[in-house]
Amino acid sequence: MTEPVTIKGTSEGLIITLGSGPFETVLGEMEERLASRASFFRGGRVALRVGDRSMSVEQLQAIGAILERLGMSLWAVDGDHPATHAAARELQLEVDLRPGVPPAAVSSEPVSLEEMAGLVVRRTLRSGQAVHYPGHVTLIGDVNPGAEIVAGGDIIVWGRLKGNAHAGAMGDEQAVICALQMQPNQIRIGSHIARAPDRTWRPKAPEKASIQDGLIVVERWKKSE
Amino acid sequence: MPATIVTITSGKGGVGKTTVTANLAMALAMLGKRVLAVDTDIGLRNLDVVLGLENRIVYDLVDVVEGRCRLRQALIRDKRLSELFLLPAAQTRDKSAVNPEQMVRLCDQLRPEFDFVMIDSPAGIEQGYRNAVAPADRVLIVTTPEVSAVRDADRIVGLVEAGEKGPPKLIINRLNPAMVRREQMLSTVDVVEILAIDLIGVVPEDPAVIVSSNRGNPVSLDGKSPSGQAFRNIAGRLLGQDIPIMPVKESANVLDRLSRFLRG
Repeated sequence: MTEPVTIKGTSEGLIITLGSGPFETVLGEMEERLASRASFFRGGRVALRVGDRSMSVEQLQAIGAILERLGMSLWAVDGDHPATHAAARELQLEVDLRPGVPPAAVSSEPVSLEEMAGLVVRRTLRSGQAVHYPGHVTLIGDVNPGAEIVAGGDIIVWGRLKGNAHAGAMGDEQAVICALQMQPNQIRIGSHIARAPDRTWRPKAPEKASIQDGLIVVERWKKSE
Repeated sequence: MPATIVTITSGKGGVGKTTVTANLAMALAMLGKRVLAVDTDIGLRNLDVVLGLENRIVYDLVDVVEGRCRLRQALIRDKRLSELFLLPAAQTRDKSAVNPEQMVRLCDQLRPEFDFVMIDSPAGIEQGYRNAVAPADRVLIVTTPEVSAVRDADRIVGLVEAGEKGPPKLIINRLNPAMVRREQMLSTVDVVEILAIDLIGVVPEDPAVIVSSNRGNPVSLDGKSPSGQAFRNIAGRLLGQDIPIMPVKESANVLDRLSRFLRG
């Protein structure tokens, strides 16, 4: 028996695959899974894979409502049943996932961080801007106060990190955050939070934040590592 | 202790809504009241910065409204005053993330917990403004003694009156007495005459306000500055104390005194 719900991140957004089982069970499972990582998934767009399950307009609307409440939006539904197609069209949703989505990203095996392509962002994130990505994120530029990066893996900022960064957002406590100039308002790794000291300071060298003995520790980046 | 919900608004941007909100909230807390400052400027939040609490934000107003956290989890306790709290706005969203009905429901939840809920409104008269004013028991309108700011304040007075919120009260911010004397700036009397609403305070122009905002230490904490005193007086008046509005004193600027001397 397949898992009732699998959730995968791709560069095109989230792909949620509904497995077998009664609709209500699957719906409940999906909501629970998403809600437990709500801050990570927030702002994401979702493509739904339903296989040969027949979906009604009401069912798709129910899913859409849950996603919306969690700050996500449904943009596509992929399924084999003609009724599913009709319902999706009626709701003006795409019925084909973008051809750009590699098949590996939608296989039934969860993609590990190592296999997932990293994301490189070459610009400065200004206040109010955010990058959410399930894998590692490298940003070439600055992260200004009020901007945030949320990554499933590590975060490397080739520039000044002055906003917020959350590495290992899906629970990976081994994740690290590196920055040429580490002056964040707040950093989070896994379920841990550290905030900036209230005094102003200016680090003189690149630094790395990681979890050591259950605490986020920021230290100067050393060549030996 | 059912809280009084006070919304600070202006129409025009940059006249000092956030500064006034931060300082009144702080001054009320210094007078022993339990106070919550709420930032409704979603997408352009500042109140957290002016209060020096930016690095403590975990959840925000939108998280509360959308049910991602409990209300209490989003309240940030001030680092100086134990009776002052902040509910920050979200930065990566926009005004449409919250609607006026949700603000009313939220404030009803807050009422039993506080003496005062001070709501910092965004500039403008669109949804952000409507969110901020919907739950208000009292409205304070901030203006500077400039024709454009007073014009916008007049627009807001009309909107507040049409919304059956009762007569709003006026705060004149950044009054420069030397400029008023030289007739280069509207005077308190001029502004009150145009707007025809009750004045609750006049805050003098004071460089200490800028310094303190930049440092995240609102000026009302400063016992010596004239603007800090003005904010503490307004807080007293909000509590119903009978504090006369003092004429704003000219600062002892050497150049001003010299020019006055030369002109006789």
